[in-house]
Amino acid sequence: MSVDYPRYLRNDKLPLYWCPGCGNGIVLKALIGAIDELHWEKNDIVMVSGIGCAARGSGYVDFHTLHTLHGRAVPAATAIKMCHPSMHVIVFSGDGDMLAIGGNHFIHACRRNIDITMVVVNNWIYGMTGGQYSPTTPPGSKASTMPQGNIDSNFDVVELARGAGATFVARGSVADPISLKNYLRKGLEHKGISVIDALSTCHTQWGGRNQLGDPVQLVEHIRNITVNRSNAGALSPEELQGKMITGIFHQDLEKKEYAQAYYELSRPVEQTAVV
Amino acid sequence: MADVQIMNGNQLIVEAALLAGCRFYAGYPITPSSEIPELLARRMPEVGGIFMQLEDEIASIIAAAAASYAGYKSMTASSGPGISLKQEGIGMACMMELPLVIVDVMRGGPSTGLPTRASQSDYMQARWGTHGDHMIIAVAPGTLLECYTQTIRAFNMAERYRTPVIILSDATLAHLSSGVTLPPPDTLEIVDRRQPTVEPENYRPYEISATNPVPPLPNRENFPRYRFHMTGLNKDATGFPTENATTVLADENRMINKIMDATADIESFEHYQLEDAQVAVIAYGSNANAARVAIKEARAQGLKVGMFRPITVWPFPFQQVMELGRKFKHIIVSEMNLGQMIHEVQRALQGRSELHCVLQAAGTPIRPQQILQKIREVSA
Ligand SMILES: Cc1ncc(C[n+]2csc(CCOP(=O)(O)OP(=O)(O)O)c2C)c(N)n1
Ligand code: SF4
Ligand SMILES: [Mg+2]
Repeated sequence: MSVDYPRYLRNDKLPLYWCPGCGNGIVLKALIGAIDELHWEKNDIVMVSGIGCAARGSGYVDFHTLHTLHGRAVPAATAIKMCHPSMHVIVFSGDGDMLAIGGNHFIHACRRNIDITMVVVNNWIYGMTGGQYSPTTPPGSKASTMPQGNIDSNFDVVELARGAGATFVARGSVADPISLKNYLRKGLEHKGISVIDALSTCHTQWGGRNQLGDPVQLVEHIRNITVNRSNAGALSPEELQGKMITGIFHQDLEKKEYAQAYYELSRPVEQTAVV
Repeated sequence: MADVQIMNGNQLIVEAALLAGCRFYAGYPITPSSEIPELLARRMPEVGGIFMQLEDEIASIIAAAAASYAGYKSMTASSGPGISLKQEGIGMACMMELPLVIVDVMRGGPSTGLPTRASQSDYMQARWGTHGDHMIIAVAPGTLLECYTQTIRAFNMAERYRTPVIILSDATLAHLSSGVTLPPPDTLEIVDRRQPTVEPENYRPYEISATNPVPPLPNRENFPRYRFHMTGLNKDATGFPTENATTVLADENRMINKIMDATADIESFEHYQLEDAQVAVIAYGSNANAARVAIKEARAQGLKVGMFRPITVWPFPFQQVMELGRKFKHIIVSEMNLGQMIHEVQRALQGRSELHCVLQAAGTPIRPQQILQKIREVSA
């Protein structure tokens, strides 16, 4: 059955603010597809974002939405989950937002294992502000603040999340939206922190500078440099050189979820409390 | 029967916050505010509320603001350097019009400053710490009892005006323990944010009525039913971003005027022995106690002196101070910093009175003797 997308969108806000051909729309569509499969009520979903192109996504979905400050979606989402533990809380924001200015919140949310889903819309660049390099910009690639080619090392979002203690970690890409949707659904279902590194495209600010300015060509580029985990085993180290592996990397069902742990220790004695 | 409790200022703020209905706290420890999270870590679970120690002050202010978006009465507490870190988030709460209480147990600075010492050097930071045009409400309790009553008022004003409210305390109030007679809870007014009366699909988070410039905001129970958008960008009545100049200007003005047009309710101050006085001291917070002692002593020596003590320090009591200017030839401003409120006083006096000051930013409280000496000089 096909997804009734308009049901999930604030249709009066369309057309999207994003450049035609931007990968953000594909990621958002995959997310809505995943939510649709879960049959979640719109009243039960909160989407929080920071600042950036991807972060504008929160304005288009007909959920509870909060468009916070640059880098600050995660603490906002954390608080909302604590306040309404039965609601589903999703963070949808860019690589710069989540990993540079918001990097501290990101790792602590992974460690804390609170039940929110963090979708990192990872286009390897600061799209909104003009193509400055981000913590995921590949070394050597060009950015407006690294016109000579990036000399800074990049984060591997999967390794970072896993190292910080996240209990669900996956990577998908706009070159394979069906798998991306499946990873998102599994992440949304996971009780605990889930991180989905969603490789996306910014032809306007990254592609153009790196001879990949056509949106289709850029998606093709992502297809060429990604390998699914299930196939990666068959490849030699040389063949894997420069490739990004996609798939679900980690799921831990044992570690206690934070909000649940808090509510267990919190046994209200409202009647007896002397206030 | 009077409820006498031995408590310090930090403890009183906690108990008042809980009584006011605060059920969410997020913070990062910093002297001299740390008893606030330590106590709340025990008390919040008892009242079914949420306590969180987060990774830093930025996370804490954002979490507290987001909890308010989610319908909770919420609070965060910190001190100088931590308040500096919170400033962008305070601005977000101003723009989103989220009720929120921020406790600033002031210490000296700039930078790490004097962690364990008393100061009033965040007076201007409270007003102008975040960028952009905005208005803020700040209260400065002067006594332990006021740590309690002004905290309740802070929550009430936050809810009534949908705005962050800052409580400016200091290390002296925070750590001074004494017997305090608390007012019976049923004598205290507790204000809750006005609830939308429209159906959820028709709710717009910044739509105002002809009679009230403060739009309703769903509480904890109603939040799940009301889906809406909020942003830190300039917004229109729907909560979505706008760059329309007319809309932006009207909204900026409304956000300031919802507070400025309500000063009759927001303003609070004390006149102490001003009736027959010839010299007026202006002081606030714990430092006003030093001024009070100085005034008693001066009066014992036959000098007619009194005090004007702002309790709501922001918005600045411009009208009140202007009137002091009409009445007093000499006005002494005393504050535990190197001159902050004095600039506001000067502006309000419009040159009418001669302005004197007793200022100090040494970590040590200003002694009554210092103020007394200035009173003598001025009265001579
Ligand atoms: C405190 C602060 N610093 C800087 C900015 C400017 N800024 C806005 S978005 C952005 C980068 C966004 O990059 P990313 O998160 O990767 O999102 P994208 O636009 O690529 O989707 C920056 C630097 C800001 N809004 N606030
Ligand atoms: S600048 Fe880049 S990320 Fe932003 S909308 Fe355009 S293509 Fe997308
Ligand atoms: Mg980006």
